[in-house]
Amino acid sequence: MSTEPSMPLWEVFIRPRVGLHHKHVGSLHAADSTLALQAARDVYTRREEGDSIWVVASKNVHASDPGKAAENFDPAGDKIYRHPSFYDIPDDVGHM
Amino acid sequence: MYSQGLIGADNKTEETQAFLDAFQKRIDAEEKIEPNDPMPLAYRNTLIRMIGQHAHSEIVGMLPEGNWITRAPTLRRKVALLAKVQDEGGHGLYLYSAAETLGVSREQMTEELLDGTAKYSSIFNYPTPTWADIGTIGWLVDGAAIMNQVPLCRCSYGPYARAMIRVCKEESFHQRQGYELVKTLCEGTAEQKAMAQDSLDRWWWPSLMMFGPSDTDSQHSDKSMQWKIKRFTNDELRQKFIDATVPQAELIGLTVPDKDLTWNPTKNRGKGGYDFGEINWDEFWRVVQGHGLMNKDRIAARKKAWDEGAWVREAAQAYAAKQQSSSVA
Ligand SMILES: [Fe+2]
Ligand SMILES: [Fe+2]
Repeated sequence: MSTEPSMPLWEVFIRPRVGLHHKHVGSLHAADSTLALQAARDVYTRREEGDSIWVVASKNVHASDPGKAAENFDPAGDKIYRHPSFYDIPDDVGHM
Repeated sequence: MYSQGLIGADNKTEETQAFLDAFQKRIDAEEKIEPNDPMPLAYRNTLIRMIGQHAHSEIVGMLPEGNWITRAPTLRRKVALLAKVQDEGGHGLYLYSAAETLGVSREQMTEELLDGTAKYSSIFNYPTPTWADIGTIGWLVDGAAIMNQVPLCRCSYGPYARAMIRVCKEESFHQRQGYELVKTLCEGTAEQKAMAQDSLDRWWWPSLMMFGPSDTDSQHSDKSMQWKIKRFTNDELRQKFIDATVPQAELIGLTVPDKDLTWNPTKNRGKGGYDFGEINWDEFWRVVQGHGLMNKDRIAARKKAWDEGAWVREAAQAYAAKQQSSSVA
């Protein structure tokens, strides 16, 4: 068994219905993208969870460093002027 | 569920007291731990063992029921059983994927199952000689599994918790189809009802053992609770299961095979609960150690499936490699 090369890993994304984003649902092993799509259909859409599937070889996913989460994302925290509620306008103006 | 390159990225974290305290603080704040986060080695290893065992249980659990698919008495029962067994295969996959995010490979887990070093739930080492067993398994075994799995949806390890949410959604029909099957037998001929009772007699105690050793003897419970991998102890879950299941048995006219079973109004902080008889822990440990009726058959069946599938895996990989080299050329 240890002589067998390991099956590549694929990340699976499902779109619940047209008009929505594909969303990551899990992963699976398969020899190629055709088999990965077939397996993803069997495993992740048994109850009408979606109408479209993407599979991406896991080795092609590049992620941000969790150790740098603070320096990457904290700076957005104090930029409240990017939100509409930061600005004072008269109530009388109605919806804006 | 994550890129292979990131798996086990943090094997060299030094476990100073400050590190362990900071980790516990995240846990206490109900923050989820994700695959590339630093984590104590013992936390990682506990999860690998637990999720691996859970995955193996789903896969081996397909065997006792799969055995009855061709003999289901009606088409309605057959489609339900097929769908259930297929779900269990899916559950195994979600769980293997979750375990893989911790740095263990699928091949390694398969190898450990086949060579007997990895454990799976002992319940699947009991045989299914009658059709009633298919109902009883859905009702009791899936019922006990749900009891265990619902709190695991809040497990501190993100990939395990997410897999459990999916599993729990699918699990509910498993229990209901089982209970419906047993109920139907109870409403049938005297012989059919006797078959249902006989099945309950055989499965009741092994189902209670599914929650694992008593809290006083469990080697893993304390740390798992502290790390919020588990939310309830084995004994707490067992009590919840008994309290929920006894009335279900009564409702369809079955007798739970425990002469010590009595309602105790002071239990569960005054809400009441059942006192129950002594579990045969010798039997439990015997089966865990590989001496149940079906241990050898189950592993032999898994080994056969793995070995006989080898040429398919090889062919698929060879084809993929060929396609790739011709697209490069
Ligand atoms: Fe399951
Ligand atoms: Fe199930």
